[in-house]
Amino acid sequence: MSSAAAPAALSLKVGNRRDRARLSANLFWTVLCAGLSFLTLVPLFSIVYLVLRNGLVLLRPSVFTELPPAPGLEGGGVGNAIQGTLVMVAIALVLATPLGILSAIYICEYAPLSRLAGAVRFNAKLLTGIPSIICGVFAYAVVVVTTGSFSALAGGVALAVLALPTVLLTSEQALLGVPYALREASYGLGASRFQTIFRVVLPEARPAMMTGVMLAVARAAGETAPVLFTALFSEYWLKGIMQPAASLSVLIFNFAGLPYPHQIQLAWTASLILVALVTAANVTAQLAFTKRQPGKKR
Amino acid sequence: MSGPATPTASNPFRRRGLRVDPFFAVTWLAALATVASLVWIVASILHQAWPAIQKTGAGFFVNSVWDSNRERFGAFPYLMGTVLSSVIALLIALPLGVGIAIFLSENFLPVPARQAIRFVVEMLAAIPSVVYGLWGIAVVIPLVQRWGGLLADHVGFLPLFKGPAYGNSMLTASLVLSLMVLPTITAIGRTALATVPKTLREGSYAVGATRWETIFGILLPTAAPGIVAATILAFGRAMGETMAVAMLIGNSPRLNWSLLSPAGTLASLLANQFAEASGIQVSALMYAAFTLVLLTLLVNMLGEFVLRRAQRATAGLR
Repeated sequence: MSSAAAPAALSLKVGNRRDRARLSANLFWTVLCAGLSFLTLVPLFSIVYLVLRNGLVLLRPSVFTELPPAPGLEGGGVGNAIQGTLVMVAIALVLATPLGILSAIYICEYAPLSRLAGAVRFNAKLLTGIPSIICGVFAYAVVVVTTGSFSALAGGVALAVLALPTVLLTSEQALLGVPYALREASYGLGASRFQTIFRVVLPEARPAMMTGVMLAVARAAGETAPVLFTALFSEYWLKGIMQPAASLSVLIFNFAGLPYPHQIQLAWTASLILVALVTAANVTAQLAFTKRQPGKKR
Repeated sequence: MSGPATPTASNPFRRRGLRVDPFFAVTWLAALATVASLVWIVASILHQAWPAIQKTGAGFFVNSVWDSNRERFGAFPYLMGTVLSSVIALLIALPLGVGIAIFLSENFLPVPARQAIRFVVEMLAAIPSVVYGLWGIAVVIPLVQRWGGLLADHVGFLPLFKGPAYGNSMLTASLVLSLMVLPTITAIGRTALATVPKTLREGSYAVGATRWETIFGILLPTAAPGIVAATILAFGRAMGETMAVAMLIGNSPRLNWSLLSPAGTLASLLANQFAEASGIQVSALMYAAFTLVLLTLLVNMLGEFVLRRAQRATAGLR
């Protein structure tokens, strides 16, 4: 991509005044562009720095095992919030992964050119663009109103809506990445369509599909808006999926608005844990993908 | 794209009688469910919103009083807040995002350094929204309080900067929003710039243009449709962004043109009121959610449309 070498290195003493003006304009834009690019790194480093500095203060083993402190009290942890986040992400995966992967198999293996496949692709694109809070509103309308209570299940459903397009679109890419020759070879040996998909295509596409699932985990774990008024929050451990559940993100939101320094400190610690969780999921996603890359052919 | 579809008749071992692969039926159902989900989302929200739609009608969009106690629901301030905060965020993020996209697609830096910057910008996208909110409370609100006061003192005669200056304000929310949409603009903009054929760039250099004359005269105009698509999609993202905005904008139901005063957006309204809402208020909030869904769907469809046309246009240049 480093393409044709730009003639920017021409020395300024070449040429007449007009050329010198052009070259200084060139230099001006280069400096401005570089300056602006590095300027945007400042907020990111600020975020990472503050999350680390403020988050590490309270990061002890007890933070992972204790319940959040009542307003104004010291001590406590975010144990139930971690539990709630993991449970709801798990529910989301259980709902979204089969649906996403099966849909991807339909639009890639069975009927890639059908009208339904086109509709699925278009819908998935639109679903990615839906604001995350709308997933919450939907789960509220469908689960909370129906069952009559806020619950971890409602939060999981909201996150599933969020995860579905990610799983679907990355699975589609994973299936498209399986060389066509493999399928032909399988058919050539007399395998049925079903056998080809299960024995040849899916094993080949699995690592890239895992990438999609992990990306969905990363996206779902970090979200607040979908669980804010579906799972609500809870001061206690989660006993069943039909009960309100705490989550790291809602805990951060709630505690950030409190006037107690200790609670705000705990919000930073929860942020650190949440960012670590999301980053771990993202890194796993990248690793699962890059491991496959070398042998991959179109 | 050669689809992996082969005629089903190609399998000699299939029993004649069994024409439908049961697994096919399962995937077909899943695909159908995926398509149905979007319809279901819109329909269920519309269903819940119906009482409020009947009660307030189109007045919902023009009335500017939101008072749930007196059951008066006018979403105009929130609608304005949604559009205004997103527009300001884009005004800030667009030059920065395109600048970074140029910086990353030119050979100013060696490839590893560029990949490092790209990674950092992608990390911006991975940070949860609520952490942006927490950071905004700790860093951006004090900054806006200090500099906003100065702005109000010196250019307060402009309605946009009328005092008094608050920390929880439209400006704070827009600043953080701009940071959050930056990765979207950079990623799509970079792709658009990268797909400009090399020959165009070489041709420009060959006739003696400098690097930036090439960027402004050739690269940006060629990549313009892609950059426009990036802007539209980023606009859609900014409108739906909830948590950071809800934590920073001050959530005022009053219509105010000053960037230094608290405001509200449709999304922040939902985030703040939904958990404690009851009765007709739930329905009114559903109405607001329905408005937000329609807005974002429209913007995203437009963005996808422009992006697809942009890709087709650059494909023709090859």
